This record gives sequence, structure tokens and C-alpha cells, in this order.
Amino acid sequence: MIDLTFYAEILPRLIAGLPLTLELAGLSVTLGFCLALILALAQRHGVIIPAIVRGFVAVFRGTPLLVQIFLIYYGIGQFRHGLQAIGLWGLFREPFWCATLALTLNTTAYGSEILRGSIASVPGGLREAARALGLTRFQTLHRIVLPLALRQALPSYGNEIILMIKGTSLASIVTLMEVTGIAQGIISESYRAIEVFVGAGLIYLTLNFTIIRLVGALETRLSRHLRRDGNTGGKPVAANLGNVH
Amino acid sequence: MSEIFALLGFGPEGWAAALLLAAGLTLVLSLAGFALGALFGACAAAGRLSPWRLPRLLAQAYGTLFRGIPDLLTIYLLYFGGSVALTGFSHLVGIEGFVGMPTFATGTLAIGIISGAYQCEVLRGAYLAIDKGQFEAARALALPPWITLSRVIAPQLLRVALPGLGNVWQLVLKDSALISVIGLVELMRQAQIAAGATREPFVFYTAAAALYFLIASVSTRVFRHAEEWSSRGMVR
Repeated sequence: MIDLTFYAEILPRLIAGLPLTLELAGLSVTLGFCLALILALAQRHGVIIPAIVRGFVAVFRGTPLLVQIFLIYYGIGQFRHGLQAIGLWGLFREPFWCATLALTLNTTAYGSEILRGSIASVPGGLREAARALGLTRFQTLHRIVLPLALRQALPSYGNEIILMIKGTSLASIVTLMEVTGIAQGIISESYRAIEVFVGAGLIYLTLNFTIIRLVGALETRLSRHLRRDGNTGGKPVAANLGNVH
Repeated sequence: MSEIFALLGFGPEGWAAALLLAAGLTLVLSLAGFALGALFGACAAAGRLSPWRLPRLLAQAYGTLFRGIPDLLTIYLLYFGGSVALTGFSHLVGIEGFVGMPTFATGTLAIGIISGAYQCEVLRGAYLAIDKGQFEAARALALPPWITLSRVIAPQLLRVALPGLGNVWQLVLKDSALISVIGLVELMRQAQIAAGATREPFVFYTAAAALYFLIASVSTRVFRHAEEWSSRGMVR
């Protein structure tokens, strides 16, 4: 028998955690995208910088997100006096900023690989054509390479955003009461794991489907010129629920 | 500096043995979870490719659910849900008090369910990538279905699926750290214990990160060799 009153009681409580989930994901995805773009572009020339970037990417992709969060929150937090001296203690004292930093660096590492691949996939002939037309390097990047590369990256980046939404759940382990944190609290007071799982799961699935839809709509819009007829977009190949990296 | 070496050494103050043992458990847990995930993934992929509607829907729902919901929630569901069921059952047979789920089994099951959802996608994609002519040729040779699957399709499927399975393996390895929340003393949990006992979280979480990184790097190599081996008969 489905106990509707229990759902009516827990759903508002779970939804109260949604703003924090969205803040964590929104901040880290936005900051992470900017950093990832910089890293992807920095890898294109020279020897030393690409090597450093590759090292950063390998470390953040090769270790669990939970370890990264703990290393930043508890590990760096250990150096309180040093941090106070340089005025960063306020940042590392807050679980919110530590979780945001860890999520940001993590998505930067994955995102830079996605963007590096899509930038490399822009045909060389387009760059040559831009150069022949006398465009500067910045203009070529801004007008030719990036618009194509970003559209190419969109499906994979959509998956990355969904992985980040799932990643925000780890913030609950450093005391942040986002959706999963609240869910865990309700489970340990009511012992009704299945109902809470269904409730929290519904919230995450709704969120992820909204993102899939938005990314799909954006992709359809950005590929308008590729369609033969003007009105029907057909189905974009957009993000589905997380292919693994 | 020397204190740090003492903490990470094999001496009486050192945690090296405990950390390495815990890393071993992380590896065993990941392997068990991945193997169980292969089973779930193969069943789900068969469901997705089924000519019937019901298995297709079930397999699709399974994939959507466990790829869309945070892994931590799945772990809580299995651990707390399982413990409540187990406690209720043991009350029936006369054992009082709370009975917790065995952590290693719960962890293996959780990783199996989650990675199965991803392995399903990899296996399905690989199956669809096999040339139709291979099936026709097997049929023309009158091979029985089981032989067709095991001698013709499976080896090719594995070759195509290996890179994807390698990615899932990396995911599994990192997911295994989440099992620490239910108290299994794998690498992450051991690092937490050591950090708490010595008040040196930076040293121990760095050490844990290094060990995870080492396992991940070695796995990458192993999978690369496996890929080369599985495509040894291919014309380049």
C-alpha cells in the first residue's frame, strides 16, 4: 500500500534541499566550464603548460571525488594558521566553498578533455580559410573555431552536467543539507529507505530530464543550418543519461 | 617531514600496512562489483535488444533510474532498506536488536547495480556495432545459437566493448570510495580513520588519493594491453 501521507510529508522537506543542490551544481558547472575552456586552449601550444594541464587532468580524473572533497575540506583546512595569514581561511572553513571548489576542479578536469577533443575536431581547412581571409588568431578562435567546437561538445557536456548534479550529493558527507543529505536524515529518523529513495529519486530524475531537454533544445537550435527543412528538427543526438567518460 | 614518513611507514607508528590492506579491499570490492555489474549489464542489454516490449521497458527503466540518481542514494537504499528488512526478519526468528546489512555484500551489490546500468549501454552499443554479415555467416554454416554467441559474437563484442568497459571500470573504482559511508573499511574509510587518529588529514587523504591514482593508472595500462590483445587479429 502506498502511504501517500508519508510522501506528502517528506517531499516538501526534500525539495527544500533543491536550491542548495542547484547552487552547488550551477556554480561548479559555470566556473568549471570557464576553467576547462582555458585549460583546453592552453594545451594547444608549448610543452611545459600542456604537461602541467595533463597532470592536473589525470589526477582529478584518476581519484574519487569524495577524496578530493575531503582533501580540500579536512586536509587543507588543517593549515588554519597559514590560511588565516593569506586571508583564505574564510573560504576553507565553509563546507559549501570547499565542496564547490572540489566539484569545480573535478568538472574542470573532465570538461577540458571534452573541449580539447571538440576543438581538435574542427577541420584544419577552416582555420586556413580564416587565415587566408586575414582574420587574427583571436577572431579565428572567437568566430570560427569555438562556435563549431562548442556545438560539437554539447552532448558530452550535457552528460558532464548530469554527472555534476549527481556529484553534488557528496556534499552531504561534509554536512551540507542538499537533497541527498536531507534524504539521509529522513531515512535515519524514519527507517523508511524505499519511500525516501523514491521521493529523492523523483527530484533528481526530474532535474536530469529537464537538463537533457534543455541541452537537446540548445543543440537543435545550434544545428538549425544543418537541417534540410526549416521547421522540424528531428531528434537531436543530444545527451542521454551519462555515458561514462 | 620525518614524522610524515613515520606516519606513512611500516613502523609501529606507521599506517602503511593498514592503508595497503585497505587498498587491496578497494580492489577486491571493485572487482566483485564490476563482475556483478557485468552480469546485470548483460541481462539488461539482452532486455534492451529483446523483440518483446516488456523486457525492453524494464531494462530501459533500470538504466534510466541508476544512471540518473546519485550513487549515494542507491547505497543508502540498499544499506538502510536492507537492514530494516533484515532486522524485521531476525525478529521473526527471535533475534532482538538492530541487524545491519553486511557491508561488503551491500557494497558489491550497490556497485554491481550502478555499474550494470552503465555496462548495459556499452554492451548494447558493442552488439549493435557487430556486422550483420557475421550472424548470417554463422547461420550459413549452421552453427547452433550457443556456438554463434560464444565463438563468433562474444569475441568481437568484447573487442568493441573493451574501451567502454575500461571507462566503467574507472567509474567503479572511484565509486567504491562511496562504500566508506556504510562503514566498510576500504581505502577511503581507512584514510579517514588514520586522519582522525593522528590529526593529519592532509597526509592521509593525499596518500589515499595517490593509491587510487596508482590503481587507476595501472588499470589503464591493463586495459590498453587487453585492447591490443583482443584486436590482434584485426587488419590495421
